[in-house]
Amino acid sequence: MAYTEKELAKELENKKYEYGFVTDVESDVIKKGLNEEIVRIISEKKNEPEWLLEWRLSAFRKWEKMEEPDWAHLKYKKPNFQDLHYYAAPKTKKKLDSLDEVDPEILKTFERLGIPLEEQKALSGVAVDFVMDSVSVKTTFSAKLLELGIIFCSFSEAVQNHPDLIKKYLGKVVPPTDNFYAALNSAVFSDGSFCYIPKGVKCPMELSTYFRINEANTGQFERTLVIADEDSYVSYLEGCTAPQRDENQLHAAVVELIALDGASIKYSTVQNWYPGDENGIGGIFNFVTKRGLCEKGSKISWTQVETGSAVTWKYPSCILKGDNSEGEFYSVAVTNNYQQADTGTKMIHLGKNTKSVIISKGISAGNSSNSYRGLVQMNPGASNSRNFSQCDSLLIGDQCGAHTFPYIEVQNKSSRAEHEATTSKIGEDQLFYCNQRGIDTEKAISLIVNGYAKEVLNKLPMEFAIEAQKLLEISLEGSVG
Amino acid sequence: MDSIIKIKNLHAELSDGTKILNGVNLEVKPGEIHAIMGPNGSGKSTLASVLAGREDYIVTEGEVEYNGMDLLDLSPEDRAREGVFLAFQYPVEIPGVSNINFLKTSINEIRAYKGEGPISAKEFLGMVSEKSKLVELDNKLKNRSVNEGFSGGEKKRNEIFQMAMLEPKLAILDETDSGLDIDALRIVAHGVNTLKSSENASIVITHYQRLLDYIVPDIVHVLWNGRIIKSGPKELALELEDKGYDWLKKEVITE
Repeated sequence: MAYTEKELAKELENKKYEYGFVTDVESDVIKKGLNEEIVRIISEKKNEPEWLLEWRLSAFRKWEKMEEPDWAHLKYKKPNFQDLHYYAAPKTKKKLDSLDEVDPEILKTFERLGIPLEEQKALSGVAVDFVMDSVSVKTTFSAKLLELGIIFCSFSEAVQNHPDLIKKYLGKVVPPTDNFYAALNSAVFSDGSFCYIPKGVKCPMELSTYFRINEANTGQFERTLVIADEDSYVSYLEGCTAPQRDENQLHAAVVELIALDGASIKYSTVQNWYPGDENGIGGIFNFVTKRGLCEKGSKISWTQVETGSAVTWKYPSCILKGDNSEGEFYSVAVTNNYQQADTGTKMIHLGKNTKSVIISKGISAGNSSNSYRGLVQMNPGASNSRNFSQCDSLLIGDQCGAHTFPYIEVQNKSSRAEHEATTSKIGEDQLFYCNQRGIDTEKAISLIVNGYAKEVLNKLPMEFAIEAQKLLEISLEGSVG
Repeated sequence: MDSIIKIKNLHAELSDGTKILNGVNLEVKPGEIHAIMGPNGSGKSTLASVLAGREDYIVTEGEVEYNGMDLLDLSPEDRAREGVFLAFQYPVEIPGVSNINFLKTSINEIRAYKGEGPISAKEFLGMVSEKSKLVELDNKLKNRSVNEGFSGGEKKRNEIFQMAMLEPKLAILDETDSGLDIDALRIVAHGVNTLKSSENASIVITHYQRLLDYIVPDIVHVLWNGRIIKSGPKELALELEDKGYDWLKKEVITE
């Protein structure tokens, strides 16, 4: 019954291009600005049921009354929300005839990441007629998964084909009014991914949005919903190590995970959005709300490797509602040049005997700023709960900054939270020591950084881990003069 | 016989213009051990750093021929890859990087420079087990982060262990004896003596004659004020121990 990834890959190789790319909606852009009419248009274009329109509208009305938060340790020019397009239908990316037409710098990065040629083509939009074409891959996967009862499709498709599940779970973990960006996302979300694992099913392969990278509308306001039914397991990969450029400066995604009794969700992200140039010009603003809900005896594990974006605001969290549930957060956040990151997690312990682990590794170089912000909350009913947090910062050079803002609230007597934090610096002495042993400076930084981030990288699925390792190396290139 | 290293009239200063080396001349031939002694601040460690390519120092004059090459023209890593090894006076800690991984990276980088492929796990582990015995390096230190939490003596032994693994052509030992008790000193010296061959050479920088009881030098040099003011056979070290450096300084001044 279970298909191995190898078998699938083999089958895919023999498979012909089936469905074309994305539906032809090339110039389907509505005018700038945000108001109820725009929300209605979006919903209508997506052929959504009435209740979802109402849901969006109510989010919009709340959003209008909200203020953009400014508590994060970030400095940026706030976007003018009335000067954005909220519905640019998936433009088919311009097809190129060969890799010769691709920006040589991007090709160089592909090379160094060790991405196979066919994938390079697919990622940079060169026409390919088999295997890596995102739509056909996705479809093939879906067919195989469906045999197990697993649903893995775009959010829009799920709205059409599985409205009951959407209605039941949408906004249950991240309510539309949770925060400014979540409210905005709820009002205007374009598309995203949906995944449902039925009771007792262990998903046999890593589910990856990587395969869908060319679907242009993963876009600005992405919405992801993963539901793991009782005693099921899924490992979900999001993102891509390859450099991602995008004309949309603002990204405000929402990810909701639901682990029902005894279920386990492993959610891994590698994020490498355009960080702006070495002078801090350009780059993507990434304001993401990610949260998981754990029912009895379930487990949610977040693994994040972030090297991109000019501004990152992101706190993948776990609500440990059920007794004996577990939450984990493993993160490596790299900032270089003028990048800024304010990231961390929230572990909300509600159930008894709940456990959480937080391992956060910040790496700052250049003139960047990297903050960890975390909340561990053990509610009165969460007796015998445990948390262990470790927040480390690594500095490269002396123009960057690292900050740690841990909040720990233990509201019962039987629970315990432990917090450890360290700050270290890659010094010239260390680099010279490496040089004197025949290791050049770039390699030395990579050695030190990978050693430092090892605990987190080890949590990534194998093929991702190797790419992520190289990605760290590339992201920090030239960070020491 | 050709020399391994030939230092001619070497002058070096700090970026603020403080002159530290004022015309060092030194020639070391294969199979030789040279000791460099001298009072504090005479420029001993600077000489070691300049030879290894530390950027804090600016060479203003002179030349260094190493193995037929212009040493000063090479980057620090290329000097290492060409066989120059510096045993640090203060070995640096590298958290998160295991001693073993560090050494393997080092060996493979050096091999890549020479156009060789990476070392096999078997060969590497064989070497590790053989060489660590030489300096009686505790097994558990191999998997710990480089020098992190090592005692002073363990750090120095680790330096000699690395030296044994990398088999340099020219080893420069910068005050390797400082902070060592007599047992550790004996172990370190044993390592150095065992590694000695007719192909390689060592420059041993030390403050005290004590080390030279264990590592017997062919020639002893006295560095003072950034220059070598006297060279002689190993007995010179004993004389220095006896009389201190002042008589030599006077000798120089009256010259």
